[in-house]
Order: sequence, then structure tokens, then C-alpha cells
Amino acid sequence: MLKTETFTLNMGPQHPSTHGVLQVVLELDGETVVQAIPHMGYLHRGIEKLAESRTYAQFIPYTDRLDYVSSMGNNLGYCQTVEKMVGIKVPERAEYLRIIMTELNRIASHLIFMGSLAIDLGASTGMMFGFRSRERILDLFDMACGARQTYTYIRFGGVSADIPSEFIPALQRFLTDFPAMLDEYHRLLTGNEILYHRLKNTGVISGQRALEIGLTGPALRASGVDYDIRKVEPYGIYDRFDFSVPLGQVGDCWDRYIVRMEEMKQSASIVTQALEQMPEGTVMATVPKVLKPPAGEVYHSIENPRGELGYYIVSDGGVNPYRLHVRRPSFINLQVLNEACQGLLIGDVVAVLATLDSLMGEVDC
Amino acid sequence: MSNQDINSSLAELQARYLEDVKIIGEEAQSALLALPHRLLDILRFLKTNESYQFNMLRNLTAVDYLEYIEIVYHLYSLPLRQAITVKTRCGMEDSQVPSATVIWPSANFQEREIYDLLGVRFTGHPDLRRILLRDEFDGHPLRKTYNIGNAGERR
Amino acid sequence: MQEITGLFKIAEILRGILGHFLPDPQLVDICMSLINIGAIFTIISLTAVVLVYTERKVSAFMQRRSGPNRVGPGGTLQSVADMIKLMAKEDIMPAGADKWMWILAPILLFIPAAAVFVVFPFDNKAIFADLNIGIFYFIAMSSQSVLPFLMAGWASNNKYSLVGGMRTVAQMLSYEVPMVLSILGIVMLAGSMRMSTIVAAQQHTWFIVLQPIAFVVYVITATAEINRAPFDLVEGESEIVAGPFTEYTGMRWALFFLAEYANLLAVSVIATTLFLGGWNGPWLPGWVWFFLKVGGMIFLFMWFRWTFPRLRIDQLMSFGWKVLLPLALLNIIVTGIGMYIYEFFS
Repeated sequence: MLKTETFTLNMGPQHPSTHGVLQVVLELDGETVVQAIPHMGYLHRGIEKLAESRTYAQFIPYTDRLDYVSSMGNNLGYCQTVEKMVGIKVPERAEYLRIIMTELNRIASHLIFMGSLAIDLGASTGMMFGFRSRERILDLFDMACGARQTYTYIRFGGVSADIPSEFIPALQRFLTDFPAMLDEYHRLLTGNEILYHRLKNTGVISGQRALEIGLTGPALRASGVDYDIRKVEPYGIYDRFDFSVPLGQVGDCWDRYIVRMEEMKQSASIVTQALEQMPEGTVMATVPKVLKPPAGEVYHSIENPRGELGYYIVSDGGVNPYRLHVRRPSFINLQVLNEACQGLLIGDVVAVLATLDSLMGEVDC
Repeated sequence: MSNQDINSSLAELQARYLEDVKIIGEEAQSALLALPHRLLDILRFLKTNESYQFNMLRNLTAVDYLEYIEIVYHLYSLPLRQAITVKTRCGMEDSQVPSATVIWPSANFQEREIYDLLGVRFTGHPDLRRILLRDEFDGHPLRKTYNIGNAGERR
Repeated sequence: MQEITGLFKIAEILRGILGHFLPDPQLVDICMSLINIGAIFTIISLTAVVLVYTERKVSAFMQRRSGPNRVGPGGTLQSVADMIKLMAKEDIMPAGADKWMWILAPILLFIPAAAVFVVFPFDNKAIFADLNIGIFYFIAMSSQSVLPFLMAGWASNNKYSLVGGMRTVAQMLSYEVPMVLSILGIVMLAGSMRMSTIVAAQQHTWFIVLQPIAFVVYVITATAEINRAPFDLVEGESEIVAGPFTEYTGMRWALFFLAEYANLLAVSVIATTLFLGGWNGPWLPGWVWFFLKVGGMIFLFMWFRWTFPRLRIDQLMSFGWKVLLPLALLNIIVTGIGMYIYEFFS
């Protein structure tokens, strides 16, 4: 008697393209995916529990370690949440510096996305190019705060230090070079026929479904839903900048790729505008050394490169948060993996994973 | 609509579920507190009603208040650009809340996370397993009563 | 006929020297064969070492890195260091592996890769065995490498390996067909399958001019035959880790590697012989021309590898059967008609 049956393939936690320690249990019918169940937790450090025994300021470095390719955004989200609780007014210059840093970090994060997508699809040159350009941004961060990946640059009431004098010329040089870099990526990757056919119409998620399943960030916008927190609930001083929100049409891998590529352009434009408008002045408000927010709770979210990064903090009036919850976009975005992968091939799972751009540091928290 | 004017605009909801829902907190922290057995009705009402249209479940988490566990739903309405917080409470021992996955599938992982870390059972959840910790893990670490023991901070 | 030059002259001198010491001419022949075999193996292992270094330098050039630059001048000894490392590595065999099949697979893969070198015309008359079915022999031999891949995939008792093995069979079988058909056009023009005749036929016009479509089809299918990007689905590291090689370590893995580079050299040699005029070329000695052309082909294959993303398995199959095969068939028809017309008018 001949019969066929499916088999299980453990993709991860040690696998070249699961971006960290994600384990996807694939149920395969030949090469066709019947089910793709993500298993996470290999990087779980209990950050939410740790927060309960740290003071508010002590927790800032932990936020760096959530989404470690866009730490600036994590810092910003947390600091703004606490500032909202305590009612701290941030100096103008610091607001602009925050915008510049988070938007640069968004570009850096999307460059990593582009690079890892390229190498996951077998084009390793794309990755090298992405990382090369990201290096320029990391150098800028290094100038501003002395760190390349875990910055802890944004603090309650401002930023840790004003930028050095060589920062702005270097940033301007980067902004001048950036369009040419983007153009190069478009020629290398976007114009590539193979890449187009690999990504087009794979892993389609409709806008309605994307909303229901809780996608946020570029993955949601690729499905055509206009939800960018910088626009719908402008935090900080985002209402002062003129930028557009790139949207996709069908919500396939290709759209998710294009949306991120366009976002880089928009971010560069925001940085340019911020640089023009940035006033002189202090970069730090007077904030008490030990913060004791009044009892109560706050939910505040920002638009991180991977989606809506929300912090929900409950305070009991003490020096430690009573409860701190992080709404991690990578974690919630991963929910869509199973249905996006069904019926695709093994090679497509890699593409879907890469375009969802989940980061395990954030998923596992 | 933000949480501030929650009192004025939720008249319809209150009229419908009078005894099962009340508004707690003030200003930015105001929230709807629903009884667990009416929770799904209220959430569905908030999602489908023309004047609310809360079509996104932005965040779902829970807090251990020692006497009870509070489940917090942060909803957002994309068409009307308004946010609301809905809460419900359950006991410490037999912690059970109906699952919101039937209304927003996005609750799936977040409810599993709450189950994993706080030990709230979501009835009607399609796949209620631990998500971050290993399956044989004992206890729910985010509960205030959880004994960290030797694994905790060493001073 | 060209006068005796280059590599063949060296062989003649060697034969002369041997003739002094060995009384029996038959013994001299045997000695010469052994020397030739030795030379071929030297070429294979040397090219592997050189190609690994070249590949890394070329990829570094494409990616604006500097590549290996620590071991030896300009990093030239890097491959040697790698080889020593590979030899010193622990030989791990998975517990569930099918022992003999698992051990045999890398060796069996290497044999056809080395055997095809027999018919390569490195220079005028510098060809180990100028078979009258030379190109046919090459095709027959190179298609043998399908089995060892499947063996390795099956014997490793690893699902990634198995998927990789399956992919190899699908890919190699379906790309063999258009490859053979593209070569057929050349055979029609040259009127022979003998390598030296094919090269001699290109003394005035390279076949790439007469058979551009066949050349394109050949280059694409050859890339697929040797499993290099964009057709590296067999080992597609971001999908199935390393395919059939996943469980191999140390020298066993190095044999796969060696075979891969020997194959790269082989298809480049065939491309040179069939399309680029082989050893033909002005001024320089034949074998210099030969290796220059081969080097150019190798660079082309490396260029592909470091710029293109990988195809998906279904795209690969449909491209092979729906695009390349009809194209190759069309090429044969056009060639046939062209030859008929040419003969009719002359």
C-alpha cells in the first residue's frame, strides 16, 4: 500500500536564518509547508520581572537589550512613558536629538533587515552592503554616546550628553551619501528578477487579517493599513515634520520589503528636517536622581522599526515599578507566521520570517 | 476620543451593561472595568459598534495586585483614532477569564504569555500552552508571591 | 596541423628522458600515463586550493571587503591553513547514519569529478585520452554525481540532508537535459564528439559566435549542475543548513568541497573548449590561452554566485523545463536549418 505522510522538520533554534534562537516546527508535505509553529523562549531573561526589582532609571539599560538593533527606540519609548507618568518636560534640543537618533536607528535597523533578507535568499553581497552603510550610523552613535549597539542614550528628561562638534558634519556627510547608497541597493536587490519572483505573492496577508492578528509596523503597512503611531498619535515632536507613510497594496513579502526601503528614505528626510530645525540649548531637564512616579498606570507606545513598541507601567508610588509590561512588536507579529507560511515552500518560510523581521531579543523579552 | 472623555461617550455601553461595567480611575488612567462573564460581550460591542469601532487590540497584559489579578486590554480604533482601556479581574486561586481570541486573534500569543507568567487560564483559548518558559516549569514568575529563591539577584 | 608546442613538448622531452633509463617502450608508456594521472590530480587539488582563495578574494572584491590577508603574502596561504585545519578536525559520524553509504558518498562524488579531466584538452595534443566520444564521456561522467548527493542525503539520517538530496536529484536531472541539448548544437557544427576536433574546428571562428543561445543555455545549466548560486538549492544554507553535507566534518566534508571546485573547473573547461576556442589564440602559447579563458569562465561563475539571490525550487524546475529546454531545442532546429542553408549555398 502506498501512502504519503507529512514529516516534521525542526527549523531552529540553531539555524542560519531564524535570526537568533527562534524554533519553527515545520510540518512538511514534501517541501510544502502544512504548518509552521513558532516556539520561542530560548532567550527569555525575565526582563519584566527584573524591572520590578530595579529603580526606574536602572531599567533603561535593560530596554537596550530588548530589540537590540533599534535600542534608541526602546530607550525613547520607555523614557517617554516614565516622563508621562512623572510629568517631565524635555528640553527642545533634546527632543530633536531624540528624533535624529531614533530615525537614524530606524535606518540602521532597516538596513539590517535588508541585509538579512538578502542573505536569507542567498545573496550575501546585499548583507555586506547593508552592514557597511549601517556602520556609518553606528559610528555616529559612537560619537554621541560611546556605544555602538546598546546606547542608553535617551534618559528621563532628555539625553545623556550633547552631541560633539564633529557629529553634525559627519551626519550631514552621511545624509548626502545616503541616497546614493539606497540607489545602489535598489540596483542590486530591488531590480533583481530572482528576488522579485521570490518575494512577489509569497506570504500574502490581507489588511483585514493583519489588523486582526495584531501586526503592526511595516508589516501592517505593507498590507495597506495606514497605522503609523508617528502619524496617528504623534509622540514627542513628530507633528513638526513633514513625512509620508509608505503603504503596500497586497501585503506580500515584496511589499514588506519595499515599504521598509521607502521608510528609510522618509527617515532620512525626517533627520534632515530635524537637523535644520534643531535649536541650541540644554539637553537635559532637571530630574531627581531617584524617580518616584505617583501611583497609577500609563500605557505609551511609539513606532519602532518593527512595529508598535508599547510600555505599560504600573506604579505604586515607590522607587521600583510595580509592574512593567512591554508590548513587543516582534512577539505579536510572529503570530502571523503560521498562516502566512501555509502552502508555501521551505525557501519561502525563510523569506516570510525575514520580512516579518522579528528579533528574538524582543520576542523573548 | 481619548480616555479623558470616556465618561461622556460611553453612555450607550453603560446603559446596556449597567451592572456589569463601571468606569474606574481618573483622566488618563480611566478604564472600563468589566465583570469576567460579560467581558466578551463588552469587547465585541466595542469592536463592532459603529460609534466605537475598536478594531485593534494593541496590548494585552495582566497585573498581580495580590488580592486579584487584573487583565488589561488596550484597544485602539483605527477609523476613529481613539483608544480605550478595558480591564477585568479574576481571583488569585482559580484565575479564569474568557479568551478574547474569538474577537481578536491577536490575543493568542499575549494570552499565552499571561498564562505562562501569571497563571491566568483563558477559557476558550485554542492553544493555551506556556510560551516563554519551558513546559515543565513550575510556577508563574510574574506573580508577586513567586519565590525567586537562589535564582534571584545576588547583592 | 599546428607544430608541436607547449605542454605536449614538455611531455615529449619527458618521454625522451625516460627512454634513456627504461629499455622497454611499453614501460615508458606506462610511466607517462602515471605521470599524466599525477599531473591531473595535481591540477585538481591545486585548483581547489587556488580556487578557494580566488573565490574568497573575488567575493571580497564584490562585497568591498579585503578578504583573507593574514596568512602568507596577501593571504595566499589561507587555503593551505584551511586544509590543515580540515585535516586536523575530528571525524564525526552521526549515530543513526547508514555507515558504508555515508562513508562512500564523498569518495564516489570525487571520482566522476576527477574522471572527467581525462578528456580535457589543455593544449594542442596535451590531452590524456582523446576519445572519439569525448564530450559524451564528459556528460556521462558528470551526471554520475547525482547519486553520491542522494546517498549522502539519505545516509546522514538527517531531514535537512534528505531534503537536500531530493533537491539535488530533481535539479540535476532536469538541468542535464537542456545542457546536453545545448552541447548538441556544437557537436552538429563540429561534426564530432572528439574534443581535439571540436577545438580545431574553432581555429577561425569561436563557436560562441555561431551558437550564442547554446552558450547562454550552457552557462545557466552548468551553474545549476555544479550547484552554485543562484542554483545552490542543494546546500541553500539559509534554508536547509547545508543540505547533504550537514553531517559531514573534516576531510569528508573537504572532499565534497574539492569535488565542488573540481566541477567548477570542469564546466569552465568545457565552456572554453566548446565555445571559446579552447587553446586557440594568437601570440601566447596554447595552454596560457586555455587557462586564461578558463579563468574568465570561473570568474563569471563566481560573479553569479556573489550577486544573485537563490531561486526557489518550483521556480528552478519551471525555468529548466519551460524556458531552457524549449530554448535549447529551438537552438538545435535553427542550427540544423542554418547548416542546411549553408551547405546549399556553398
